[in-house]
Amino acid sequence: MSDNVLDIENLTVRFHLKRGHLTAIDGLTFSVKHGETFGLVGESGSGKSVTARSIMRLIPTPPGEIVSGRIMFNGEDIYEKTNDEMRAMRGKEVAMVFQEPMSALNPVFTVGSQISDALRTNMGMSKSEANDRVVELLQLVGIPSPGSRLDSYVHEFSGGMRQRVMLAMALSCDPTFLIADEPTTALDVTIQAVILDLIRSMIERFNMSLIFITHNLGVVAHACDTIGVMYASHLVELGSTKEIFANPQHPYTVGLLNSIPRLDTQTKFLTPIKGLVCNMMDPPTGCKFHPRCDHAMDICHQEIPKMKELAPGHFGACHLHDL
Amino acid sequence: MSEYLLEARNLTKHFMLDSDIVSRLAGKTRTLKAVDGINFGVRAGETLGLVGESGCGKSTTARLVTRLVEPTAGEVLLRGENLLNFDRKQMQKTRKSIQMVFQDPYSSLNPRKTIMQILSRPLEVHKLANNWIEKRKRVLELLNLVGLGEEHVDRYPHEFSGGQRQRIAIARALAVDPEIIIGDEPVSALDVSIQAQVLNLFRELQEKLSLTYIFIAHDLSVIRHISNRVAVMYVGKIVETGNVADIFNQPKHPYTKALLDAVPEADPTVPPPVLTLKGEVATPIDPPPGCRLCSRCPKVTDICNKVSPELVETSPEHFVACHNL
Repeated sequence: MSDNVLDIENLTVRFHLKRGHLTAIDGLTFSVKHGETFGLVGESGSGKSVTARSIMRLIPTPPGEIVSGRIMFNGEDIYEKTNDEMRAMRGKEVAMVFQEPMSALNPVFTVGSQISDALRTNMGMSKSEANDRVVELLQLVGIPSPGSRLDSYVHEFSGGMRQRVMLAMALSCDPTFLIADEPTTALDVTIQAVILDLIRSMIERFNMSLIFITHNLGVVAHACDTIGVMYASHLVELGSTKEIFANPQHPYTVGLLNSIPRLDTQTKFLTPIKGLVCNMMDPPTGCKFHPRCDHAMDICHQEIPKMKELAPGHFGACHLHDL
Repeated sequence: MSEYLLEARNLTKHFMLDSDIVSRLAGKTRTLKAVDGINFGVRAGETLGLVGESGCGKSTTARLVTRLVEPTAGEVLLRGENLLNFDRKQMQKTRKSIQMVFQDPYSSLNPRKTIMQILSRPLEVHKLANNWIEKRKRVLELLNLVGLGEEHVDRYPHEFSGGQRQRIAIARALAVDPEIIIGDEPVSALDVSIQAQVLNLFRELQEKLSLTYIFIAHDLSVIRHISNRVAVMYVGKIVETGNVADIFNQPKHPYTKALLDAVPEADPTVPPPVLTLKGEVATPIDPPPGCRLCSRCPKVTDICNKVSPELVETSPEHFVACHNL
């Protein structure tokens, strides 16, 4: 058996909508090793969250459709599992932290009952066992006086505290794999620093693997071992964090890094990527990035570039690399 | 006459909570001190960056300066004249010189109006165009100014992406030829590559039209990029203000330092973000008399719990409000 926890092979997810077909992910391939933190970066609409949801098998079908590919989790194809097997897997093996704790948590149940719900169904705990465990979990994620917060509702917590509750819930059934979908985007920088630190310490402590989805390059630079950059449903570059930042190969990655204003120096003008993100209902032919790319060639209009290994462990999908 | 084009003096906004008659009779009302006696000024042609975390009073400040919210106390001086003494008519005239760009370009544009209607509205209100032809000409000019093609003029907001909508919102602010533009988180809803385009647009327009900006953001790297001077806010107070280089290279206030240390930079070779403050943001509801940061500050001393520190000039143009410098 390989040392990969998760292998996504050639995954294509399409949504059939009234207005037409939308390919949210196209031919996505990557793997996550045991204990690895994998950062998935890209702008809105690039397919990051759909990737996360397809791993959890949370894509509603219809309108969604897994057109091709498979997702292997610990060597088993999750799309061949029955619904019951899948339910047992969610939470226990793979858990997810969402961006908006206010909408991901239920406002009409107390925090204690929401977390213990998972424990009682998934782990078969009794009510009092589950309650003890919830207190333990809330303590773990740093909620002060957890015993007295069990009967609080979500609205009684601040943004940072809500995200801690989400994390406690995700960790409740001892998952080996965590998917964090923009977990710090809605938070202030100081709270973000705390939550990132917390996630990192949980990962180390429980020896988990993590997929970290974000659009913030600053966050991935410090939180992840490996980075995958997505643009308009395609993975365009993949490599170790150091490599991607020191030696970005794909024009989109380069453009993205150049677009960020820096903290240490002040420049008069930034160098943004020209143009707009393409309309996913009517994407350009060939490489999806070519209308915005300074290096676009004839072949870019016609052919979708394939992923190639440019240096050991560093992959890129661009026709420039064929020259 | 002051050196500032726009100046706020002792600007204060307190919201009364539980203001129903029963609570008031029982003396149980609480006060939310959203903005608590702040002073700042912005010179013609420069950009003042206002930075702080959610709930620190940045947006309230923007709304006080434009009188969208009436201040509890203080003065807002435009060329030395106090706006707060103006009557409705004078205020309407003044609004021509101060315009706002809001954070969310999805809710700040009316979905049922075309771009032509949206952009010609300020021209009608301020009687800047006599007839349809003049209006149309000006609207097309505005679209060009913000980098949108003339073909967009009869479309509706839903046909545009976030970045394009923000350009339309900027065009609307520019329609009346303002001197000052207040941007309330104008780029925080945008993707990085689009954010860079819009930031560049702000810069270009400032040069072309010699505009003065008050730029509100929570993203420190954006503030660093766009501002000449920066004011850092924490729970209704300005804790540090100075030139952008001073604030970012030699921050003096513990809160400014903590804020800068907490930013993850897009570079794996620099140290990872750390948080030097403990606990959570203090509440602006009935705050204790001392420094707002005292419950979280690593350098807290006795006096911090009792007296709220005033801004003190530590070097030219660099003001810090802290007892322990």
